[in-house]
Amino acid sequence: MSNSNNFDAIVIGGGHNGLVNAAYLAKSGLKTLVLERRHLVGGAAITEELVPGFKFTTFSYAISLMRPDIVQDLRLADHGMLVLPLVNTFQPDFNGNYLLLGADADANFHEIARHSREDAESIRDLSHLIDRVCFALKPLMDNIPPNAMSDDPAELAAMAGLKDYMAGLEPDVQAMIDKFVNCSAAEILEEYFESDLVKALIASSGIIGSKVGPRSKGSGLVWLFHKMGEYDGVLGEWGFHKGGNGGFTEVLAKAVVAFGGTILTDADVDTVIYENSVATGVRLASGDEYFAPTVVSALDPRRTFTQLVSSDDLPNSLTEAIGKYKFQGTAAKVNFALSDLPSFPGLENRKDIFMGFTNLGPSIDYLEEAFADCEAGRYSKKPFLDCCVQSTIDPDMTPPGKHIMSCFVMYAPYHLSESDWDTERENLGDVVQATIEEFFPGFGSLILHREIVTPLDIERIVGLTEGNIFAGELFADQMFLNRPAPGWNQYRTPISGYYQCGSGTHPGGCVIGGPGKLAAQQILGDLKNQEN
Amino acid sequence: MPKMTAFHSRLEPLNETKVWKNWSGFLVAPQFKYSLTNEYYAIRSSVSLLDTSPLFKYRISGSNSVRLLERIMSRDIKRCKVGGAQYTVWSNENGFVIQDGVILRTDEFEFYLTAGEPTLRYFNSIAREMQLDQVTVEDISEAYGILALQGPHAHNVISQLSKDATDLKYFDVAHGKLGDAEVIISRTGYTGDLGYEIWVPKDKALTVWDSLMTAGEGYNIAPIGTTALKMARVEAGLLLMGVDFDSSRFAWVDAQRETAIELGWSWMFRNLEKDDRDFIGRRAIEAEIKNKTSRWKTVGLEIDWHSYEAVHLEAGILPPKSDLYRETTMSIYRRSETPWEYAGYATSFLFSSLLRKPIAIAKLPLDLTGEGTEVDLEVSVIRKPVNVLAKVTSLPFFNPERKTALMGGGK
Repeated sequence: MSNSNNFDAIVIGGGHNGLVNAAYLAKSGLKTLVLERRHLVGGAAITEELVPGFKFTTFSYAISLMRPDIVQDLRLADHGMLVLPLVNTFQPDFNGNYLLLGADADANFHEIARHSREDAESIRDLSHLIDRVCFALKPLMDNIPPNAMSDDPAELAAMAGLKDYMAGLEPDVQAMIDKFVNCSAAEILEEYFESDLVKALIASSGIIGSKVGPRSKGSGLVWLFHKMGEYDGVLGEWGFHKGGNGGFTEVLAKAVVAFGGTILTDADVDTVIYENSVATGVRLASGDEYFAPTVVSALDPRRTFTQLVSSDDLPNSLTEAIGKYKFQGTAAKVNFALSDLPSFPGLENRKDIFMGFTNLGPSIDYLEEAFADCEAGRYSKKPFLDCCVQSTIDPDMTPPGKHIMSCFVMYAPYHLSESDWDTERENLGDVVQATIEEFFPGFGSLILHREIVTPLDIERIVGLTEGNIFAGELFADQMFLNRPAPGWNQYRTPISGYYQCGSGTHPGGCVIGGPGKLAAQQILGDLKNQEN
Repeated sequence: MPKMTAFHSRLEPLNETKVWKNWSGFLVAPQFKYSLTNEYYAIRSSVSLLDTSPLFKYRISGSNSVRLLERIMSRDIKRCKVGGAQYTVWSNENGFVIQDGVILRTDEFEFYLTAGEPTLRYFNSIAREMQLDQVTVEDISEAYGILALQGPHAHNVISQLSKDATDLKYFDVAHGKLGDAEVIISRTGYTGDLGYEIWVPKDKALTVWDSLMTAGEGYNIAPIGTTALKMARVEAGLLLMGVDFDSSRFAWVDAQRETAIELGWSWMFRNLEKDDRDFIGRRAIEAEIKNKTSRWKTVGLEIDWHSYEAVHLEAGILPPKSDLYRETTMSIYRRSETPWEYAGYATSFLFSSLLRKPIAIAKLPLDLTGEGTEVDLEVSVIRKPVNVLAKVTSLPFFNPERKTALMGGGK
């Protein structure tokens, strides 16, 4: 056993949460090793130059600004973290109408008023109420959640404290939280808005990455979660990291190394080594072994509990919960290299409309129809698309004058009822292209390169089970006290010294870093207790 | 009625906010786009173009120009090579700063100077006092426009139009041509980033603007207003007269005046004991160094995010979303047993999007200026004064390699 293979902590998986976790552990003085299966770190947050000069954000393509405390703690700005804020949101329909929202509240009022003067006012009320909801829920996002299954007096007190806290919230905030949990996004939106475009724009937040339609119960919670992710304490904004999301995970990797951590790529962990329910290290597929009293899985819950360790060594209740834990990825990506910007009839030569999210899905009915295909086990014939022409914000994504367009595609269910993804890959690309063409005539002639990423590709390449971008559905029974399983929501596992820190733990998913940070907090707390 | 700069007819349609303000009697745009942060990031991520023409501009020439400038400037003008530029200040007899500015030396006896306030008569009066002939100070403020081309892609843009910029090292200057316009190009700027400033004869202003905007299109070139510039200059640790200090010329009492050393420019006097320059304010500055009588030192403050957020959360609100950049004075207190023990003040405050934290430029008594010294900064939370933890740091806050990197590929 060589000394160089001994560490204080080993993190399995170099996605953003694995890197955040490792950086915190290394910062605290632990000799930390990150093992990444692929040739590059980043997990789903990578940038690849598939065509010379064109940088593709193959998977994850935007970030809700990381919490400033993580940025400060890990000195990410010093390592080159640079999030470019999005300027506009563009939501066109098929008749040449559109919503173009930007940074100025008054200009937005008048833009929405073109569609409905009442909606223009409603959106202010609703936004403020949602901000207050997010504010109220912030302590839940920023702290290790209590364990609802524990008899430990401290946990019982924490659960009681949580109940009191929720009961103490202002009534309108409480009522709104209830609505988010119990209603569909469409139900809430019907109460506030009359314009289809306005409703559809907001409703899309309620379906992103999830197997729900805007009229399904559950879409309310997905919507709320996306508002929480946006929320960062100062600017409730989304942005593109300089150089794509891969640029961000490179910054995280620099932070890990700067704190003295080690990152090993092409290091496929086969199993966690443990004896008598105590973890001692990991074994790679190559047979190499690395040892540490602390081993952290940044992989999704299924891999954490059924692949890296044997389910036989876990309590039945946990194995059952993980067995029932829903992944069911429903999203795909189609990315384009373009010779020029697409053109919207009536708004020709307007670069600004692409400086942010371009939302293609003009009504709740449209989104609901797209979901009906998903329910039937087909990808949507008329998909909802969230398009980003990142080169309009970051010129370094392409050669001068050229563009890159990332399209997030809903719905593309992992399980196809009548075909398989290797057969359907190019067909999906064609459907997406045809949809864009409907809004932006002539789009097809601009395409220099097309990259299609199906849920199967996400699973194969990134390792996210069934291609679920959040490492597990954002459903109430899989969140907070239940993420990933009741009683195992505090980053620990039944194997002593073995922890979890991926997006499948609270408050994942999205690129917010919370799980990595809170897991580190738990690990460091446990280590301190062991010393005492 | 305000005047318009030589570039105004191009700026007017680009200003989507249609808001203008007055800078030395000229109309300028505080911001062109609704998203100020996006506009700011043109400086840090792509490339920005800014009209700084309202600055006062002077050409000082003639065989006695060096003698005159040696007398006026607190920094040694002889150390400015031909083809070089200097950031400099001029002080009064008591060592208090009158103004700061950038001076370009384009020839043995030819200098170009920018200044925030007029200084023609003052310079001429010194020349008369010294009974200097063979020196001319010309006010060329309205004969030239100045454009600042700033950002990581600045060289990629200017090099398409002229070979003259490529070999310029940081703070180098050259006469050159942009298209058919005879211009002066300096590798300088007020952003702390890679960039150039271009002096353009008035009649060529629009041609040069157009050619830069066209060359920059593929790099997302963006016109920026004065607010984005000021945000960048705080990160670069560059002081602004009227905000971080006042000209001693129109001050009433010394409490309103500051010395170059107090403003953080003691490096200008590094070789003072070895030279015998007879510049205005020398004796006072020597005495200040010898007797350690500086009242303040200008430093950077990094506001602790945890503390800043906590005081807002405790009050039940989020830290303010707007209000990214402020020029109002904020008080600083010692962290001690006695609360609210006044120590100094911050002059410029910025929530730096780039650094993801609030920062400030501050004046503190010397015993509190060590790197990492903790102080309390007063912020207003729901209209009440509240202290947040801040740490002293040296300026600049942000200093990218590209600012001084060689563009010609040489060493």
